[in-house]
Amino acid sequence: MKTRAKDINEKITWQEITVGTEIYEPATSVLVETGDWRVMIPIWKQEVCRQCLICAPFCPDSSIPVKDGKRLDFDFVHCKGCGICYKTCPFDAIDFVKEDK
Amino acid sequence: MSKRDRMSGNEAVAIAMKQINPDVMGAFPITPSTEIPQYYSQYIANGEVDTEFVAVESEHSAMSVCMGASAAGARAVTATSSAGLAYMWELLYVAASQRLPITMAVVNRALTGPININNDHSDSMGARDSGWIQIYAESNQEVYDNYIQAMPISETIRLPIMICQDGFITSHGVSNIELMEDEEVKEFVGEYEPDNYLLKHDNPLAVGPYGISPYYMEAKRSQAQAMKDAMPIIMDVAKRFEKVTGRKYGFFEEYMIDDADVALVVIGSSAGTGKEAVDRLRAEGKRVGLIKLRVFRPFPRQQLAEAMLKVKAVAIMDKAESFSNSGGPLFSEARSSLYDIPNKPYCINYIYGLGGRDITVEDYYEIFNDLFIIHDTDDAGDIYRYVGVRDSRFGERGFDHRKYED
Repeated sequence: MKTRAKDINEKITWQEITVGTEIYEPATSVLVETGDWRVMIPIWKQEVCRQCLICAPFCPDSSIPVKDGKRLDFDFVHCKGCGICYKTCPFDAIDFVKEDK
Repeated sequence: MSKRDRMSGNEAVAIAMKQINPDVMGAFPITPSTEIPQYYSQYIANGEVDTEFVAVESEHSAMSVCMGASAAGARAVTATSSAGLAYMWELLYVAASQRLPITMAVVNRALTGPININNDHSDSMGARDSGWIQIYAESNQEVYDNYIQAMPISETIRLPIMICQDGFITSHGVSNIELMEDEEVKEFVGEYEPDNYLLKHDNPLAVGPYGISPYYMEAKRSQAQAMKDAMPIIMDVAKRFEKVTGRKYGFFEEYMIDDADVALVVIGSSAGTGKEAVDRLRAEGKRVGLIKLRVFRPFPRQQLAEAMLKVKAVAIMDKAESFSNSGGPLFSEARSSLYDIPNKPYCINYIYGLGGRDITVEDYYEIFNDLFIIHDTDDAGDIYRYVGVRDSRFGERGFDHRKYED
């Protein structure tokens, strides 16, 4: 049985899967790449951004990392392209375009 | 040491529960299992046990309470019947897939409709594919004994378990039984000490995650393995139980089967009437026997097939209709267990006892008579039959002793 969340992936066999599919660690959703659901993608225009930080708490998926009082670029492993940040930005510092894959 | 007392099957379950003193009971009353939470509430009110009783508004919630408690690390129990079990349906599968060792006393009652409060096996037979272990009892003594064995089985393999008994027949019928001493029960059942549970501080745990298609089949295959692995555990617990009480249990009981020509396979209290018929026919020199199936889930396919091989014709008795047009649930599985074996016996199905219709010794005479006709003529006739139903094509008993395909 593989008990570490990082080892539970789409190659796991039935003998290795945990009893009752239990997960023995907290906050394991960060290990799951959900960014590939995206159709539209937000683009951060750093030169226009005034670091007002309105966008960060509006992001429903914590995909706008904030460090030392300033936002960084998007976490595209988890950003699902909902466009809420684009709608909330008062300074047009976020574009929202179709993503080329 | 043991003590004799007279009580109903419901009280026997409640007494067994009292001796075990589980952590949580979530239950909702429904005939004929109502007495179980009723007795047990009295024990709680009297301070005889310290179980947390959660009075819920439905069976759906009763099972949800048990699941939450069990996942949190508690020993959880409930009791229900018929529509109550049906209302738990969704959660039965969830509890089994989360491998929560919940113990449920099922007092078997017909499913509606027409609405009926009496005994047949349609409720638990309907839940046969939900992933719960199912153990059935013939008598009040067996109900008690099965309940004492339930938790050591279910907690070892981590599967939920139904301890089934026949509504009103054993649940309300009073008989003398042998009870174990409280200390014996506590020692036999032991404390519940799961490796992982939600309230364990140093062990964060997620229960019931989303299982998308790349994971679902592995989860189900692993669950199926648990049901296979429950087989030796059931036997180990039965052996340990025999050491303490002297009472022997297995997947099924063979009664006068070794030299028999024909036999019945039957579940539950109707086996008692069947044994009486066997005794009387044996006194007339007829070589008849009976197999009483105790464990239906996991299904003891190979063992049962070997036992049925001892005779030339078998009547498999179903106290539940499955509307499959090919027989009841026990018939389908017992008969298919013989498929790969050469020289297998003839197998016919009788649907009987639906909605509390009595099956009598005389009914069994007719069934054995049918089996001897098959035995002598090598013609099984219609394999899917009813007994005890009024049928305008036939005489009073509803038999033609041959075949009645139409």
